[in-house]
Amino acid sequence: METAIKKYTYKDFASDQEVRWCPGCDDYVVLRAMQKALPEMGVNKEDVVFISGIGCSSRFPYYMDTYGMHGIHGRAPAIASGVKLANPKLSVWVITGDGDSLAIGGNHFIHVLRRNIDLNMILFNNRIYGLTKGQFSPTSLVGQKTKSSPYGNTQPPFLAGELAIGAQARFYARVAGNTPQEMTQVLIEAERFNGTSLIEVLQNCVIFNDGCYTEFTDKAVREDKQLHVEHGKPMLFGKDRDKGLVLKGLKLEVVTLGEKGITEKDVLVHDAHEQDPTLHQMLVRLQFPIVTGIIRSVADVTLEEREVALTEQVKARSEFKRTDDLFFSGETYTVK
Amino acid sequence: MIQAKIEGPDIRSLEAVVVRFVGDSGDGMQLTGTQFTDTSAMFGNDVATFPNYPSEIRAPQGSLYGVSGYQVHIGSIEVSTPGDNVDLLVAMNPAGLKTNLYAVKPGHTLIVDTDSFTQKNLDKAEYKSNPLHDGSLENYRVIEVAMTSLTREALKDVEGLDNKTITRSKNMFALGMVYWMYHRSPEHSIDFFRKKFKKKPELIEANTKVLQAGYYYSETLELIPNSFTIAPAKMASGTYRVIMGNTATAWGFLAAAEKSGMDLFLGSYPITPASDILHELVKHKHFGVSTLQAEDEIAGIASAIGASFAGKLAITTTSGPGLALKGEALGLAMMVELPLVIVDVQRGGPSTGLPTKTEQSDLLQAMYGRNGESPVIVIAASTPSNCFAYAYEAARLTLEHMTPVILLTDGYIANGSAPWKIQSVSEMKPIKNRLVKEASESWHPYDRDEKTLARSWAVPGTPGLEHRVGGLEKDANSGNVSYVPENHEAMTEVRAEKIRRVQDNIPEIVPEFAQEGELLVVGWGGTYGSLHTAVKQLSQEGYSKVGYAHFNYINPLPKNTGELLKKFRKVIVCELNSGQFAKILKINFTGLAPLQYNKIQGLPFGNEELIEAFKKHLA
Repeated sequence: METAIKKYTYKDFASDQEVRWCPGCDDYVVLRAMQKALPEMGVNKEDVVFISGIGCSSRFPYYMDTYGMHGIHGRAPAIASGVKLANPKLSVWVITGDGDSLAIGGNHFIHVLRRNIDLNMILFNNRIYGLTKGQFSPTSLVGQKTKSSPYGNTQPPFLAGELAIGAQARFYARVAGNTPQEMTQVLIEAERFNGTSLIEVLQNCVIFNDGCYTEFTDKAVREDKQLHVEHGKPMLFGKDRDKGLVLKGLKLEVVTLGEKGITEKDVLVHDAHEQDPTLHQMLVRLQFPIVTGIIRSVADVTLEEREVALTEQVKARSEFKRTDDLFFSGETYTVK
Repeated sequence: MIQAKIEGPDIRSLEAVVVRFVGDSGDGMQLTGTQFTDTSAMFGNDVATFPNYPSEIRAPQGSLYGVSGYQVHIGSIEVSTPGDNVDLLVAMNPAGLKTNLYAVKPGHTLIVDTDSFTQKNLDKAEYKSNPLHDGSLENYRVIEVAMTSLTREALKDVEGLDNKTITRSKNMFALGMVYWMYHRSPEHSIDFFRKKFKKKPELIEANTKVLQAGYYYSETLELIPNSFTIAPAKMASGTYRVIMGNTATAWGFLAAAEKSGMDLFLGSYPITPASDILHELVKHKHFGVSTLQAEDEIAGIASAIGASFAGKLAITTTSGPGLALKGEALGLAMMVELPLVIVDVQRGGPSTGLPTKTEQSDLLQAMYGRNGESPVIVIAASTPSNCFAYAYEAARLTLEHMTPVILLTDGYIANGSAPWKIQSVSEMKPIKNRLVKEASESWHPYDRDEKTLARSWAVPGTPGLEHRVGGLEKDANSGNVSYVPENHEAMTEVRAEKIRRVQDNIPEIVPEFAQEGELLVVGWGGTYGSLHTAVKQLSQEGYSKVGYAHFNYINPLPKNTGELLKKFRKVIVCELNSGQFAKILKINFTGLAPLQYNKIQGLPFGNEELIEAFKKHLA
């Protein structure tokens, strides 16, 4: 029986628990964006589940008045996979961080993407271990000084998007932590997408890694330093929207409209639905401008759809309706 | 159709017989053994089997470490173990003979494929001279048969067979001979070929021809001095089938799911010797079973925790090393108080240990292998067929008590098979789950049943019962995160008390044989067959003061355990480890100083060693 979707406001999704992140943390922005996005998603509150791992962001489920589980370090995608396979009707969200999903939980992270279970994963990437008080993470930059790298980090970082697309992510979006409206929109799109959606939030850590993204997220410069892609739209950026991306050989290049005869027609148009991940990977890797928005969104069959279909097929042709049919089948014998 | 002959001058009737088939790991010994087992069981014999194979899939041909064996004990009397002493050894090559001759007592019979006793194979088996010619087997009755050539001969007119297929059919020649010797009709196996090779008629023909060739060969040539009958055993009336332990475990969960009206979810990662449970359950999607072959052991249990949170009867299956990996997640399941069964099919440890051999050395890991104080229910199956009952019981306890249950089996009972009196779900104990379907104003996730302390279970999709659980300590009342010192202590105590109260929901332990007296033999888990047989023998020999207590419930122990232990002057705890259950008993019962009999060889107990060990302590 289909029940009508109830009407909600963001307050309906706030739990009675006091939020305990550091003042000024971008996690608040995501929490609020989530609470605002949920009423727009057309899901009932009782069907929403948040599963988290360990880390600052993983407290998130406690602050949502929905079903939730604060799991163990790195395992949220695996727990969430069980939830979704158990009940494909649920809207299941994974809350994770750069340490949680790219270090200790790296294995689950890649395999959930490969399987394409319809989960939404928010990766809070602050390039640092916050909850354990400031060690470098798998996304920390080489040379970054942290408590566990006082002379500078020597380990090259992962690019979350590159790893994800390499692991066959069908939906990948990148959002700056200080853009609540964009974030709300991306969250709604992620829920709408049928398959695993990964949203990487470039999140500032005010205590241990303050300003880690300021170079391109600061309000004064972000329009010049970020390219916000939208499917079907030309890849233009800059305060005056006069900069754009073109493909030159196997490289992306920034051009200025009006210079050297370049017009808007020469600029690449974003195709998030393209199966071939080559251009998406180039956008992910680009250092200038930093690309945000939904970089990749490619429809595909989900694992649970395959499973449900297979189960129906097996059920239809099986001679076993109850366990008795199985237990007494085949080679049995009677003792009198 | 071949009719097994029933009477004749050279026919002797036996109570029980032990047959072992040995050959290369590619020789089809497991199939040969299971065919002989099934045929005997259907004839009405009691049966117990013990497959013994190398961990290499196809070890180099003819090598000593590549020998695969299958032992079966059939009887007209109760048979509880695969038997210690082999009455008939069928050796398909020198390596098989070399590694298995120790189990055959002088005077007993060997059937060997002489074609395989080439210089090359003798060298590989490290024989300095051919044992068939050097007199070293003179104390045995050796039946020499050129099985490979005879198989070729039998198949010379069958078309569409390659050389390899022809050679590989020789196991059926051996089976045919053994069928003749024990008056078993080959019809059951011929039926089996018809079903198994439905799409390959040439293989039905080949296997049938070779089987019959072996049968008639024994009958015609007077190489075999006499044959034997083993009458049907006296068994409780009912419908039976021969079942392997791992299959029984899988079926127990199917039964529990049907009885509780829930769907089963299995999250698992392949590991020897537990993978067969996954293989079995994945077949049964028609019963609403969903399975996830996960990326690792941790994801296996984590996905099961997720499925449990969403309202499934969730299980995960593994063996020792996998249980170690699952430890942290198991602690989470205990902390969030969700139902979950973890099956540990124990194997030889530590580390990778002896993956294809049996051991009972994960007991302390099951009891204590987690951070913090994290008690769970621990139970153990004790025979291949009662894996069914204990898998069902594990599901019942986890659903009724809302706490994880570890079910211990082991490689010996998991791969062994025995007759199982089929149980219909309608005859099984009812299972009450703790699901809450409707919201009440005052509901919170840690509302507990007064009697059992089990919390109630609200699953996503239920309006009004939205709540959060997690690994952080929770306030005893609201279920919110709490760092209050007294609350943590109280919650720790609740979790422990919850397990203690399971005692009210499990049966008391009833000893076999003497109910009080001189010596109480204590065992747990998969050693039931060996220990029961040994104490039974003592009892038949007139030792009337020896009792036997076998534990299937380990945490908590049955209520009357302490009382029972006091009824005997001595207690001897027998385990395939260096004394883990003995430790648990000592922790629970101050002053108890049990004797121990331990074996850590990757093998089950033998009967004679047990009798000897027990007699030492009997006046």
